Amino acid sequence: MTVYTKGVVFDGVDFDDPDCWKLDRYVKRGGYAALRKIIEGSISQDSVIAEVKLSALRGRGGAGFPTGLKWSFMPRQFPGQKYLVCNTDEGEPGTFKDKDIIELNPHALIEGMIIAGYAMGISVGYNYIHGEIFQDYRRFEAALQEARDAGLLGENILGSGFSFQLYAHHGYGAYICGEETALLESLEGKKGQPRFKPPFPASFGLYGKPTTINNTETFASVPFIIREGGQKFLELGKPNNGGTKLFSISGHVSRPGNYEVPMGMPFAELLALAGGMRDGGKLKAVIPGGSSAPVLPAQIMMDVTMDYDSISKAGSMLGSGAVIVMDESVCMVKALRRLSYFYYEESCGQCTPCREGTGWLYRIVDRIERGEGSLGDLDLLESLGKNIAGRTICALGDAAVMPVQGMLKHFRDEFLFHIENKRCLVH
Amino acid sequence: MLEIEIDGKKLTVPDGSTVMEAAEAVGTYIPHFCYHKKLSVAANCRMCLVQVEKAPKPLPACATPVTDGMRVFTKSDLAVKAQQGVMEFLLINHPLDCPICDQGGECQLQDLAVGYGDVDSRFSEVKRVVPNKDLGPLISTDMTRCIHCTRCVRFSEEIAGAQEIGMAGRGEHSEVMSFIGLTVDSEISGNVIDLCPVGALTSKPFRYQARSWELSRRKGVSPHDGLGSNLILQTKGGRVVRVLPRENESINECWISDRDRFSYEALMSSERLLTPELTIGGQVVSTSWDSALSKVAEEIKGTIEKFGADSIGVVASPNSTVEELYLINKLFGGGLGVRAINTFGRMSDYRLVSESEGVRWLGQSISELRQSDLFMIVGSDLRMESPLLAQQIRQSVKRGAELCVLSPSSSKQLCRSVERIVRPDELLSSLVSIAHSVVVKIGKSVPAVLQLAGLLADDDPMVEAIAKVAGRGGRISILLGEQVENSPQALEIAKVASLFAEAISAEFGWSFASANKVGAQLLTVDSADPTFSRQRKMLIGFGVDLCADSPNAQLMSHQVRAADALVLFSPFKPLSHVAPFSASLPVAPFSETGGSYINIEGVVQAFNGAVRCAGDARPGWKVLRVLGNLLSIPGFDYQSVEDVRRAALGDLEKLSSSTLNNSIDVEDVRINEKHNALIRVGDVPIYQSDAVVRRSHSLQETKLAGCSRLARMNSKTLSSLMINHGDNVLVSQGGAEFSIVAEEDDTLPDFAVALPAVIDGCGVLGELYGPISVKKNM
Ligand SMILES: Cc1cc2nc3c(=O)[nH]c(=O)nc-3n(C[C@H](O)[C@H](O)[C@H](O)COP(=O)(O)O)c2cc1C
Ligand code: SF4
Ligand code: FES
Repeated sequence: MTVYTKGVVFDGVDFDDPDCWKLDRYVKRGGYAALRKIIEGSISQDSVIAEVKLSALRGRGGAGFPTGLKWSFMPRQFPGQKYLVCNTDEGEPGTFKDKDIIELNPHALIEGMIIAGYAMGISVGYNYIHGEIFQDYRRFEAALQEARDAGLLGENILGSGFSFQLYAHHGYGAYICGEETALLESLEGKKGQPRFKPPFPASFGLYGKPTTINNTETFASVPFIIREGGQKFLELGKPNNGGTKLFSISGHVSRPGNYEVPMGMPFAELLALAGGMRDGGKLKAVIPGGSSAPVLPAQIMMDVTMDYDSISKAGSMLGSGAVIVMDESVCMVKALRRLSYFYYEESCGQCTPCREGTGWLYRIVDRIERGEGSLGDLDLLESLGKNIAGRTICALGDAAVMPVQGMLKHFRDEFLFHIENKRCLVH
Repeated sequence: MLEIEIDGKKLTVPDGSTVMEAAEAVGTYIPHFCYHKKLSVAANCRMCLVQVEKAPKPLPACATPVTDGMRVFTKSDLAVKAQQGVMEFLLINHPLDCPICDQGGECQLQDLAVGYGDVDSRFSEVKRVVPNKDLGPLISTDMTRCIHCTRCVRFSEEIAGAQEIGMAGRGEHSEVMSFIGLTVDSEISGNVIDLCPVGALTSKPFRYQARSWELSRRKGVSPHDGLGSNLILQTKGGRVVRVLPRENESINECWISDRDRFSYEALMSSERLLTPELTIGGQVVSTSWDSALSKVAEEIKGTIEKFGADSIGVVASPNSTVEELYLINKLFGGGLGVRAINTFGRMSDYRLVSESEGVRWLGQSISELRQSDLFMIVGSDLRMESPLLAQQIRQSVKRGAELCVLSPSSSKQLCRSVERIVRPDELLSSLVSIAHSVVVKIGKSVPAVLQLAGLLADDDPMVEAIAKVAGRGGRISILLGEQVENSPQALEIAKVASLFAEAISAEFGWSFASANKVGAQLLTVDSADPTFSRQRKMLIGFGVDLCADSPNAQLMSHQVRAADALVLFSPFKPLSHVAPFSASLPVAPFSETGGSYINIEGVVQAFNGAVRCAGDARPGWKVLRVLGNLLSIPGFDYQSVEDVRRAALGDLEKLSSSTLNNSIDVEDVRINEKHNALIRVGDVPIYQSDAVVRRSHSLQETKLAGCSRLARMNSKTLSSLMINHGDNVLVSQGGAEFSIVAEEDDTLPDFAVALPAVIDGCGVLGELYGPISVKKNM
């Protein structure tokens, strides 16, 4: 699988070097310089947060929340324990970027988390790693040990008086544990089920203590921002969409893989980077931001640029940056059936609309796919979607509905054809 | 305070209130399933979605904190559409089998479906089916009906204190269940039946007995422990078919114990005595009340004439009503001059009666008790004695209070606590040591009695905990339980506890496991001498099983066997008719008579009979009235149970503080020498506590009932006796032997044998907390 970078997280990584993840290699390409800069220059917590704000870095976990702003919500003066948590539970179908970060450049994440801990006055962090990438979990543990041995992590970091402990924790592969409050429950040893918000983790997080949670890529972008300056990061992308972004490109392209490119790159350019369509196929549709993002048809897609604002204007989301490319051989009913099955199986089951609704959605799509649908089913799907979205405890409900809405918006004909002719339009 | 407007109604609510609470305060009903005022907020059913001004989405009222100036619309189009949407989801997989569902007619889903459900279903897929679970003999399951509100899950963890119910699986495959292979064994488990909004968890004993709309509701008061839980007795066709809690925030909140809930099964058991029976010359004959009572009156008269009033012994259950106890004392004590009248259950140290300055009680109200910063429970297996009091203390501990337990055996309190488990004969010396150490630690002067035992280690956790709270002037409550009440050193322990309480400015009181122990003390005539030290010619029992309810079954069974006459007033058939003259008189149980109980906080709670008496049974007060008249004792012309109550209590609703008094008049306290001889820990098993409970079939099937059929010892005791876990052993007290299975239980102190007060064949056993010997049964 290809990894390509013109950016921040993988800045300078030689992917052909099997030891590229190691501390000495990381230091050689400028690693831990940001941490040293803070410590040696006694840069204040406020200045670090200000730098992150300036960079316009937005959360890479899916929601795109401005990271600097999130950090400023942490009650730094809180007298008890506070926690920093990294979300490497990457379970959204189509997304596989965080996995590569902890495999190929784990120290960028570690350094980013130490800086975040420093900025928010937090002394303990956890990295919650998806259960099905156990090798990468081991790799991350090895990197942690290197950092500890080098005095970069643990007590009294680089003699600064600042201490930060960081632990790795691996889950068991439940998608819902990527939702930040379910992740906290799971980290506490409980069943991974989202909590109702408010209270938000910033006031009531891990073990009830103030907690900041960010995605792996978010943290791994921080060393660059501190080292090179927020302004430089911002300028890599576009206003309000700072920096570069990792896109996990999958589907019918010649070279699927992770591509780290500046925000705002036209989709057409990104597609070309990935070698264009596989076997000369013709682009039919793209899910631009992970399986929960509404699908966009080719003609719309070829006009968007890859950033939060442009994709949102086109009616979808940048999400986690997973770009699922589909050529004309794809039956949209079948594709939706697969997506709906995922959400049905991954619903945690605590709240009614999601527990009952995701199964219902899936069964209707499944019926249509099997040629047993009826004309009323499409309206029913839309109506159910409205009854699920926005009424659940966490956003999984919305995530399950968006693919349905996107498909029905852009490919209604295909569904109608299935219902009326009891067979597929494509095959 | 925050201002909020709900459907146009303005009100102010305290900070931290939720929209649901505000709506309740203003009388606006918001449909809900998972919300329950006593449980944590789960916000999972989504039925309570309402519209909040400026919020883009409908919000769950139960979990949404009120903000100042908030405007909420519970019946707007947006809110109602959201609620209807949720209702549709709840119904798609819910079986529409209301006609065969036990919850039918009292189902929140059924009720709300009428308001929010649609006539037709848009769901044409196959419905989900969920296998049922075995939760034990009390709770019946139909898990396909579960709507996943997790009320039962939250109850078991938050209120009952043990995670016995959970939701396993994910998404649509989520199932509420107990641990694999385990049942739900909590002593307050039945509350999940009330909490379950649908027919997933229902009462097993009540299954298919009746429809809710066929039932009449009568007020009742628990006859099983001193809390005085308020009950609703539901009746059909002249029978009690179900018992539910009647909410009383200051006593039982909205809960009842399983004992209160399921004991009614005994009321219609085949063991009920339905006509008076006389045994004359070995022949049992059913007879009329007239003939039975005149024979009994004759027998009493004859016995007194021939042998004097002291040849009669009376034992009345401390679960008897105020009216019954008043008439028993008036008839036998005042009227006939009988002094051996025991209304104190298993108490064996009668100095507690003679040396108490008033009526012993909780020492404060139940609501005040809950406010304690530290509870010190001395000599009580509180969860088994008074399950809901234990529950309330657990809630206080969760809010930050400390709990210290000093006891010879204690079921886990299921909350944070410091426990000290000691031999029953070391309860006194341990208490003295603790008291001594605490008083020294907080720098107060130590009363002489508290110096009788040495100091504990400086870092003793119990001493530290008490001293810390005492030092900062926190509210401490010292609570004595049945293990003290039934101990031969009860008086000394009580004295030491009261001195300790005084020295550290603590509250001090008693938690009784009988419904009317306070009433029994109040009503006992001055001349009473409840000891049964010498053989009586005639024994009279009221509401008791003479041996099982006695402090020393061995002595009592000698008494019974040697007596010439036995008169038993009881709702139940006697275990045997042995005396030359035996009379069994069917008196009404708690459900068939009016009366009143005085609970541990001194509150008088009156109730009426819920159903007519079964068979020829008659309310106890009426039977005693007739007997009084037959014996020509003046003043037995009461017209109603209220008349009797007025004679007994005047118009009191709560005993006065001059009557309620825990002071103990004793100067001389001596502490036994330490020794290692085997000693019995004869606690009363929760489902053997009285004659009614003992005959409740389903309660007897529970695990808790099963645990009490073993002789438990810790591993050290077992190995010193060369006994293995599971061995058959012979236990003996006072020369009589008894065979039982041994079980290892390391929660017990060394050289102590937990052998319950009541087990089949226990008639041969003696003192509850006395010497015992155990050997392997070869
Ligand atoms: C169902 C669901 C699954 C999620 N899975 C992930 C995930 O795998 N990784 C992740 O970083 N964020 C995931 N999120 C988003 C997190 O809840 C959270 O917003 C994010 O970790 C915050 O980090 P960021 O601000 O750096 O993006 C998920 C959210 C939902 C609702
Ligand atoms: S939306 Fe789904 S996944 Fe999220 S809390 Fe509700 S049931 Fe669980
Ligand atoms: S009552 Fe509010 S979500 Fe269930």
